[in-house]
Amino acid sequence: MPSLIRRLRSELFATPGDAVISIALLTILAAAAAGFLHWALRQAEWAVVQVNSTLFAVGRYPIEQQWRLWLLTALLAAAAGATWGMLRAHPRRDRTGRLWPRNDRLAVAVLIAVALWVPFALGLTPAIQLRWWLLTALLVVIRWLAGRFGAGLPPALKRLLPIVWPVLYLVGMVLIGGGLGLARVAPAEWGGLLLTLLASSFAILLCLPIGVLLALGRRSDLPLLRWGSVLYIEFIRGAPLITLLFLGQNILGFLLPGGLAPDRVWRAAWVLTFFAAAYLAEAVRSGLAAVPRGQLEAARSLGLSSAQALRLVVLPQALRVALPAMVGQFISLLQDTTLLSLIGLLDLLGVARTVMANPAFLGRNAEVYLTLAILFWCCCAALGLGSRALERRLDPHAVPSRV
Amino acid sequence: MSHPTSETMIEARGVEKWYPNGFHALRGADLTVRRGEVVVIMGPSGSGKSTFIRTFNALEDFQKGSITVDGIALSNDLRNIDAIRREVGMVFQQFNLFPHLSVLDNLTLAPVLVRKRPKAEVAEQARALLHRVGIAEQADKFPGQLSGGQQQRVAIARALCMEPRILLFDEPTSALDPEMVREVLEVMQNLAADDITMVVVTHEVKFARHVAHRVVLMADGEVVEEAAPETFFTNPAHERTRRFLDQIL
Repeated sequence: MPSLIRRLRSELFATPGDAVISIALLTILAAAAAGFLHWALRQAEWAVVQVNSTLFAVGRYPIEQQWRLWLLTALLAAAAGATWGMLRAHPRRDRTGRLWPRNDRLAVAVLIAVALWVPFALGLTPAIQLRWWLLTALLVVIRWLAGRFGAGLPPALKRLLPIVWPVLYLVGMVLIGGGLGLARVAPAEWGGLLLTLLASSFAILLCLPIGVLLALGRRSDLPLLRWGSVLYIEFIRGAPLITLLFLGQNILGFLLPGGLAPDRVWRAAWVLTFFAAAYLAEAVRSGLAAVPRGQLEAARSLGLSSAQALRLVVLPQALRVALPAMVGQFISLLQDTTLLSLIGLLDLLGVARTVMANPAFLGRNAEVYLTLAILFWCCCAALGLGSRALERRLDPHAVPSRV
Repeated sequence: MSHPTSETMIEARGVEKWYPNGFHALRGADLTVRRGEVVVIMGPSGSGKSTFIRTFNALEDFQKGSITVDGIALSNDLRNIDAIRREVGMVFQQFNLFPHLSVLDNLTLAPVLVRKRPKAEVAEQARALLHRVGIAEQADKFPGQLSGGQQQRVAIARALCMEPRILLFDEPTSALDPEMVREVLEVMQNLAADDITMVVVTHEVKFARHVAHRVVLMADGEVVEEAAPETFFTNPAHERTRRFLDQIL
């Protein structure tokens, strides 16, 4: 504690001038915080969020089918816990491998606090609150088990791990949309956070390979491929997303024969994908340009084919360089999904607009928008944290972490 | 020192190359390298020596003349090029190690992928090679954690791991701090004692004098002089060689 006081003194009150500035800024901050707390605790009426929490989460997804979403959430929690634990059980060989570094303990504490408080604050029924607690417990317990025993698993089982997520994504699609014996839930009934996450994750996953192909096409020696890629990238980057979304709703129906034209939600998801791919291609291209030519020459002179050299030598380095720019792209993609509300889809913002249009909640816009902002901030923060962890893990020069 | 046989490993005849910008880099360069021979190529910068050895494993194309490597004629046939690259190792001025792979993985990548050899067997060989170039204890580090001299020794071990019949060195010590040059040259000198064929572009006079069987001077895209080191440095036949030696000795 004394060290904290010393630090504050040296950082905020080093000179009289510093002290004046610090006190002025602290006063403004305190006033703003007090004003916000007064509003949040006294004036705001959070019923608009409490009553509509299901709507915000999944839109008009049929109640009798919602068990499928709970099952999917449980699977996701289990996979997240397993992945997290396995990563700690297999530290990179030049790192110190602790099973519970300080950041992990902090993350679990935050997770438990959020799981305890949010369902309570939303006024969910005890049964539902219990479900959230159990889901959190599931994640933490599997995290612990995988961290503790993960290193001793048979290699055959470990090789399966990387395909858990793609498989889970397909399983999730079936659970959400139906099929394979499950009743169909039309995309028009998906909404809220579910639709936002679905559309953005779909676009993020698919724009990556398309973007890489476009970036390679743009650097290709074949003129047709090169000019095609340039034309595509520049056309998409020159048009606002909203016009492309409207265009997608109208044109895709004409372009594709009757039954093949995807439903409106899927049309929007594809437009998002193709839009993001153009921007991603430029990020990947900057990464490719950062890999010295000697890398390709070394790989080729060792006898690797150009495809092997690209896959194993050039792309891993290029994607690592491009990672921060790509994640920035993913974050703006996530936020761009709010445009879906303008073409009449019930994403988070779409749901929010219908809620605010309800006369019962007249004038409660601030509460709704703040909730939306917090939800988006959480998603983007998760993306950012994940990307930084990935960057550290991929950085060959990083020093072992001390915590 | 091993002795070269009479068998021809590399035969380059009248090689001419223009760069896309019109620069005439090679103007009818000729060179014959026999099996087990160590040939050092010297010459002023811009004389085309790097370009010349880079044509031997098709890192550069050429427009006229012919090159035959280990009995395979270099043509634009891609299978030919792959076959030649498997037999010809290359060590670069800038090392060009793969920074995202550990030292061991740098060595094992190509043999496992290209020669389809079992990983465990290649790893064993790789460790032996790292021991031979004096850095066995660095196998699990990443290239960025090593000094320049160590990186270049890894690069040599990486080329050797493919068991090539010919090793090309493109100014292997030019990017190194002076105190690291010796450790790399020592490794190369050890290699020369084996029967591997080496073509070395370098400015290291001592290496050329003591290790090479033959020293070649290139100037303006041509091979000007070819001689045994003793003759080359003390009694060259050409005026151009004398002028070059005056500048570097």
